[in-house]
Amino acid sequence: MNGMVTNTLRDTVIAGARVIDPASGHDAVADVLIRNGLIADIGLGQGRPDGADYVDAMDAVLSPGLFDMRVELGEPGREDRETIKSVCRAAAAGGITSLCALPDSAPATDDPALVRALIARGEDTGSLSILPYGAVTRGCLGEQMAEMALMKEAGAVAFTDGARAIGPTRLMRLVLSYTKGFGGIVVQHPEDPSLAEGGAATQGELATRLGLPAIPAVAETIQVARDIALARNTGGRLHFAHISTGDALALIRAAKAEGLAVTCDTAPPYFDLNEIAIGNFRTYAKLSPPLRTEADREAVVAALADGTIDAVASDHQPRDADDKRLPFALASAGGTGIATLLPITLAQFHSGKIGLMRAIELMTAGPARVLGLSLGHIAKGAVADLCLFNPDRAWKIEAGKLPGKAQNTPFDGRAVEGRVLGTWKAGKRVFG
Amino acid sequence: MRHLLAIEGLSPVVIGDLLNLAESYALLNRSGKTQRDRLRGRTLINLFFEDSTRTRTSFELAGKRLGADVINMSVSTSSVKKGETLLDTASTLNAMQCDLLVVRHDQSGAPNLLAQKVEAAVINAGDGMHEHPTQALLDALTIRRHRGKLEGLTVAICGDVAHSRVARSNIHLLNAMGCTVRVVGPTTLMPNSIAELGVTVFHDMPAGLEGVDVVMMLRLQKERMTRNLLPSSREYFRFFGLDAQKLAFAKPDALVMHPGPMNRGVEIDSAIADDPTHSVISEQVEMGVAVRMAVLDILSRPPAMPQGGRH
Repeated sequence: MNGMVTNTLRDTVIAGARVIDPASGHDAVADVLIRNGLIADIGLGQGRPDGADYVDAMDAVLSPGLFDMRVELGEPGREDRETIKSVCRAAAAGGITSLCALPDSAPATDDPALVRALIARGEDTGSLSILPYGAVTRGCLGEQMAEMALMKEAGAVAFTDGARAIGPTRLMRLVLSYTKGFGGIVVQHPEDPSLAEGGAATQGELATRLGLPAIPAVAETIQVARDIALARNTGGRLHFAHISTGDALALIRAAKAEGLAVTCDTAPPYFDLNEIAIGNFRTYAKLSPPLRTEADREAVVAALADGTIDAVASDHQPRDADDKRLPFALASAGGTGIATLLPITLAQFHSGKIGLMRAIELMTAGPARVLGLSLGHIAKGAVADLCLFNPDRAWKIEAGKLPGKAQNTPFDGRAVEGRVLGTWKAGKRVFG
Repeated sequence: MRHLLAIEGLSPVVIGDLLNLAESYALLNRSGKTQRDRLRGRTLINLFFEDSTRTRTSFELAGKRLGADVINMSVSTSSVKKGETLLDTASTLNAMQCDLLVVRHDQSGAPNLLAQKVEAAVINAGDGMHEHPTQALLDALTIRRHRGKLEGLTVAICGDVAHSRVARSNIHLLNAMGCTVRVVGPTTLMPNSIAELGVTVFHDMPAGLEGVDVVMMLRLQKERMTRNLLPSSREYFRFFGLDAQKLAFAKPDALVMHPGPMNRGVEIDSAIADDPTHSVISEQVEMGVAVRMAVLDILSRPPAMPQGGRH
């Protein structure tokens, strides 16, 4: 990533913002001086170096650039849905400066050369770091183990088969055991494949009324319980993606209390929406895992507050109209999330469920800690990846008007508060 | 009313009006008279993505008796797999200027999707496991003709409730009209949270049929056995098939109904299906035509409040 740090940039002073850095606990009004792509100084009364760009940031919050740990890029393989270029635009507008790319693309990221290529594609953008996940199995097909240690050497941050759960128990046990040997992290899509097969909505009254094939919440509980047992058995490092149920969170809470190396994230739909959003066969709210009951949503909110959940990731899954304008069970699951990650997470701050520091932590230092990365903090000498936003500015999420190519947001029509004013990547202003 | 997509959400008044109109069509049909000017010049398209000779024929006859031009389109699944989507079909139908569109589809919600895109009035003729509104209406009409009313009756819906659109539409309709509704079947064929729809759940036929006025049997598909929801049709018949022994728990004059086509010896004993003192199965077919005439009639009327323009 050193390609992004150049000496040709002018100095920038972001003055008067409330600077919040969850990694250090810093929360105070300060001026931030950016020089040569790095944060050169933080404090009041910086003055205004000659020729510096000056940003008056009164009433705004300056946080580390957001780090989104779960994104399906669309590239390679589904450029009709989304490209790295379009994701880049959406990310900058959403305050995101780094993201993790899922490996179940076409071809899958199951080879060190592909890991290097994706990292390079990110560097080429000049505005976004792409941190690839490597596939656990070749082609993400769940059969033969991929060259995970070589991919880690090439820069893969962790290993997952993306939207496909690592199903067979023996395979999962071996994967946790093998990755432990070289310090790899396994990211699981926690859904028992045989219980989830063919399902379109969470099991319950609504799925019964609509006559939709259902996925029981216990599909998630079972996978989480089994994998925790395997993590205990192997000592492997395990992370669960997009947790959506209270029962799974209770298991993860207990595993953490026991001292196991288990972490988890969730995505905004699971704390902002419930199954009712699928209403009259609304396919834009068809997600994987499916939107759950109100009780599950409340459990996810509680786990954001009590620390059981380590990170919020957008779980961005670009789809086009052809993927979605189908009968519900045939429509492709997935929603966009990059452009709405910040405001939907801030909704939990506005409703008093979590503090502003915690909200930002879940999108910066939280995911960085999960993956053992040093990004996502504001400190003297750190790379100047920054997000400046007004936490109160209201706007309305509208499909068709979001930055980026894919418009399949499950939040269409939702009024939110929190608007990004500026995004800096390695000192360069890439949005606002 | 612009479309008929589901029973859920219809008021008892609307259901009552439909049944009254259907009743008058039933009398007209028996008298041998027709009303061919009622839908003259209108085009009705039967769009069937799933085979169903019985329902298609019933709609065809209903349309023809009212004078509509009826066209049957059977869309095989293979042409759907070729890439033609439902919405492609919708634009084709708009170009053909169809007035009434009857849709049967194996996917829940498919008629709702079509209704968003076509100009025609859409009638759901069965979508996946969701609803089959005209079946529930014809069942209600059949019951009403025998009992004079619906309110206060106890109805047991028996069998594969989980996969049944007929069961769902009947539950909504019978509840709306003041019936007490029971569902009876093995646990693996009972959908989750079905009690929330306002029914009492039984897994034992004698208990479920105790004192009921009406026994509605559902069709059991062979596929349920291959997917391990049941071990065999023999075991199913022993515990959930309707025979004289189990029927004896219902009221002595209980009606026996079946939406057809029947699997004799699987969900119903032939001796019961063909017993004229209980079985009203062929009358259901007759009422099917009358109900569909009423639905086509109502949906082709101009809207009651025209200020919204042409819609």
